[in-house]
Parts: sequence; C-alpha cells; structure tokens
Amino acid sequence: MQQFINVVLNGIIEGAVIAAFALALVLIFRSTRIINFAQGSQAMFTTLIALTLISNDVPYWIAFVVAIAAGFLLGAILERGVIRPLEGGLELNIVIATLGLYVAIQALAAILFGSEFRSFPSPAGLSGFQIGDLNLILTPTSLYIFGTVAVVVIALTLLFRKTNLGLTMRAAAFDGEVSRLLGVKVSHLLTFGWALAGAVGSVAGILAANGGLVYPAYMEVFIVFGFIAAVIGGLDSPVGAVVGGLLLGLVNSAVSNYGAPGLVNIAAFVLLIAVLLLKPGGLFSSMKERRV
Amino acid sequence: MATAAPTPPAPKTETKPSVLNRAWDLNLVRNLLICLAVLVVGVIALESTDAFQNTQLTSLAYYAIAAFGLTALTGLNGQISLGHGALMAVGAYTTALFLGAEEPLPFPVIALAAVVVTSLVGVVVGAAAARLHGPYLAGATLALAVALPSLALYFKETLGGDAGLKVSSPQAPDWFVSMIETLSGNLASSTKYVAYIACVALVVSLFFVLNLKRSKVGRHWRAVRDNDVAAEIAGIHLGRTRVQAFVISAAYAGLAGAVMAIAVRLAAPSAFTIVLSLSVLTAVVIGGLGSITGAVIGAAVLVFLPPWVTGFATDSGLSDTQAAEMAPLVYGIVLVLVMLLAPGGLMGTVSNAWRRTRQRRLAKQASSAS
Repeated sequence: MQQFINVVLNGIIEGAVIAAFALALVLIFRSTRIINFAQGSQAMFTTLIALTLISNDVPYWIAFVVAIAAGFLLGAILERGVIRPLEGGLELNIVIATLGLYVAIQALAAILFGSEFRSFPSPAGLSGFQIGDLNLILTPTSLYIFGTVAVVVIALTLLFRKTNLGLTMRAAAFDGEVSRLLGVKVSHLLTFGWALAGAVGSVAGILAANGGLVYPAYMEVFIVFGFIAAVIGGLDSPVGAVVGGLLLGLVNSAVSNYGAPGLVNIAAFVLLIAVLLLKPGGLFSSMKERRV
Repeated sequence: MATAAPTPPAPKTETKPSVLNRAWDLNLVRNLLICLAVLVVGVIALESTDAFQNTQLTSLAYYAIAAFGLTALTGLNGQISLGHGALMAVGAYTTALFLGAEEPLPFPVIALAAVVVTSLVGVVVGAAAARLHGPYLAGATLALAVALPSLALYFKETLGGDAGLKVSSPQAPDWFVSMIETLSGNLASSTKYVAYIACVALVVSLFFVLNLKRSKVGRHWRAVRDNDVAAEIAGIHLGRTRVQAFVISAAYAGLAGAVMAIAVRLAAPSAFTIVLSLSVLTAVVIGGLGSITGAVIGAAVLVFLPPWVTGFATDSGLSDTQAAEMAPLVYGIVLVLVMLLAPGGLMGTVSNAWRRTRQRRLAKQASSAS
C-alpha cells in the first residue's frame, strides 16, 4: 500500500515537471508549427544563471524571477535572430537550426558555468511527510513543485481564455492571414509566444533542478520526456501536454518501481509509439490525421 | 533564347559517342570506376599517413557510412531521423557480441550480421515511423536515440551495463601483412588493418548508395519526398516506400556501428548518446542534404574540426575542459549559420553557384551568337 501510494505520488510530481516543460513546447508549436529542440538548453542556461546568483547570496525568489526574465528575453532573441529569417523555408531547416541551438547553448553553458555537478537549493524542506504509519515520499518541495506547475497552468489558461492578448494569440495561431487583415500584429505575437515559452521553460528548468543536481546536460532527460509528453498530448493542446506529462510521469514511476530503472526510457518510447499508432496526431490533437 | 536557331541534325558519325562515353553513361560502370578511384585514394591516404591519422581516417569512414544512410533517408526520402546513433549502437553491440565468441567468425560475416540485425530493428522502427511525419517523426526517433542504448543498462549480463562490452579487434591475417609490406614497405599493425576494413566498407557502401540514388528505388523515394499524393496516384505504395527507406538507412547505420566498434574497441552506452545522432545529422546537413560527396565532406568536418578547434581554444588560454566544449559549440553555431546562410549545405551552394555561372555563360553565348 505504502509503495503504491508513493509510486503514484512520485509519478504525479515527476509528471508535473514534465508537463510544465511540455507546455513550453506546445506554446511554440501551436503558434508556429515548430518544435523548439533548444527549449531544454534555454531552460538549463537560465537555471544556471539563477544558481550563479544564489551562490552569490542573492535570495532564491529574486534568482527565480531573474531566470524567468532571462528565459523570456532569450526566447524573444532566438525567435527574432534565428527562427524569423528561416520561416517560409523548409520545415526541416528550422528543426535543424533549433538542434544546432540546442548543442551550442549547452556547450556555451559548460564553457561559461563549468560542467561539474552542482546542487540546486530548494526553498522548501526535502524530508517526506508522515501520516500515521505511512512514510510518504511527498515532501514540502514536491508540494511546492506541484503548486508552481498548477499556478503556471492556471495563469496560462486565464491568459488564453480571458485576456485580449491571449485571445488575439489564439486567433493568430488559428489563422494568421485573417488576423493580419483584422489588424493584429502577428509578427509581434510570434515573438511574444517564443518569449512566453522561454519563460515557462525556465520555470520548468528550475523546478526540475530543485533540490537536485544541475550540470549542462541535466535537462536532456526532460527534453526527451517533455517532448514525448507533448507528442502524446497532440502537440498543439495545452491540456494534452499536462495529461501527457502526468501520464508519462506515472508510467515512468511505475516502471522504475515495479520493473527496473533501466527500462524507463524504453517504456516511454513504447508508450509514445503505442499512442501514435492508435492516434497518429496524439491524444488531444485538433489537426487532421495523416493519410498513408 | 529566341535568337537560338534550330540546330540542323548533325551527321550521324559525329554524334555517335565513343565506347568509353557510352560506358560512362552506364551507371553501373561509372559507379564502379568512382568506387575504384576512391579505393585507390584511400589506400594512398592510409599508406602516406601515420597511425594516428589512420585512426582519424577510420572514424571518417564510419561517420561517412552512417551519413550515407541518413542522407538517403532524409535527403532522398524526406524522413528525418534523430535516432541513427541508436541504430549504430545496434550494429556495434552485435559486432561486439559476435567478436566475443570463442571462435569468432571472419569480420565480413560479422559485419553482415550487424547489418542484418540493424535492418531488422529498422523494419520495426520504420513501420512505426512510416505513419509519422515532421515533428512526430523527430520525436519518435529522438525517443529511440535515448531508449535503445539504455537497454544495455538493463541487460547487464549480456550487454555489459554502463561499462559496455570490450571489443577484441580482429587480427591482421598474414596475407594482409605481406601485401602491405610489398605495397609500401610499412608495418601492418592492427590499427592499419582496421583502417583498411573501414576503407573497404566505405567503398562498398559508396557503391550501393550511388546506385541507389540513380535507381528506380531512389526515384520512388524522391517522388514520395516531393509530393506524396502524386506519388501514390502514380502507383507508388507510400508506406512500403517509407519503411524501405528506413530499413536501408538502418543497414548503413549498422555497418557504421560495426566498423566503429572495432575502431574504438568498445561498445558502451556512453558512446551512443543523442550527441552522436546529432553529429551524423550535422555531417549530412553541412555537406548538403542528399549529396553523397557532401556526406563525405560532412564526415570529414566531424573528424577534423574538433581537434583543430580544441587546439585553437587551448592555445588561446581556455582550460582543457572548456576547450573540449568548444567543438560542440562550433558545431551548433555552424549548423545554425548553414541553415541561415546556405540552407543547401556546402554541395548545394557549390552546385547552385555552378549552375548560375553556367546559365550566365550560356546566356552570353546566346547573345553574342545573335
């Protein structure tokens, strides 16, 4: 019983971080039909900025805000500098450019911040709660992680449902030409979309680092899992990203507890292929399926 | 062009191509000659360089073989794969297991086994991939790149876990030693033997990929890449063609993995990371997607650029660990710059420039003729 509860809790917490990262990917994909493979590297870079600030006695929360701002800025710079000039060309070219950014940013981080493992502090405790006889894996830090992801999801939902900015972003993503005719500055919105995704990615990066070790490649596993979660969810659906993230987290947790940790990657791959074979567009996709 | 007068039919004796010209027009003959030339260049290169450069040429060969496979898949068929490193791992582990036997089979048989096993994996992955496209395919193959090597961690007993499997590199047979001695008087070490195996493997794959490009199969692949609906109307089975492309591409990756295993004498998960998959993709893209020459040039960049960049970085005062990261940094920046400035890669840019100058020359001729 205790093991089962812990497996579920562990899965939900890990899934929440994956979901946050998948959300960043989905934010970009739904407005530009681009997968940003550099997202993980961007998040890693801003997390290392935060860690550098924290180790220089800057309070955690200020470092957190600085990292989000840096992620926002970095996203905007990449969209303007690299992605914008490539738009209209082959889809493959943009994919390769983001892969190039992924490698370059990771190497740059290793040169600037060093490639050794460093521990990242958590603002909350790291010891598990105890309810009666049950030793839960749930810690104050995991509550903090889960709460932060929930805040991000709610904030994004409000942005896209209730604000003018969010609604015009959805309109621009739905039909760029018509939006342009109606006076929407679509190009500004695309930049804002990348910046927003960069900020969300930074949050995911810090949450993934919380109470753990960081090094230039620490986001690699989240790039892959976040990506799988986003694809499972349908790539253009924020709800799908959250569901995909939680599903993947639960499966990973179950496989590494009841199976073997070495099987986690294979299980994720099998889950992805299974979902794509059943629904080639992912679970929540609004896009039409490809006919073969 | 309106000024160009219709050319009168020339006398038959003048237009009849010579036997040599006609033979050159036969793909098979031309490709055989190209491969022979590459083999000769390879032997000269291996005999005129030292042991370290021999190992570099070996790496060049296996990167180029893997790049052939990826350029066939991505360049000709339009399917992206971020998982070719994992397929190379399949080839490498198969080779390591076969070479680890009590009485190992001859290497060509083992290499063939590696190709067959990797192709079988390619059938499974390709069947799934054929239904996917663009970002979905990239995602599935990226997951593959992470998933497959981690199997080695699970099957610790047979696959050696984190430490991997040691590969005993094949011993140079006597005929090889005496052949090298008569050829150049050099000593035939096991490094040199491996380099020759790599060279032969490269030439064999080159021959197949050259024929593939100009065959019916290659034309079908291109048709599917350029317009799948039109290709299907023309009677090409889309799913089958896509799976076929994936399988053949996997076969190349398997051979590359087999050569890599005997070259680095180790098959370990740490050698088959995402970075390897991305490196092969880098080679293909820098050289020019779909170009065979480009794939070789891209492989050369992968082998010769890192030591050069690292040396340059150490000289300009960076620490060793920082200098080691300079190579990926340069790779990444080069990838982005190639996409921004020359999306056709090196070969695409060169052939475009050549085509433009030729058109200009033709236009000039036409205007001067009038």
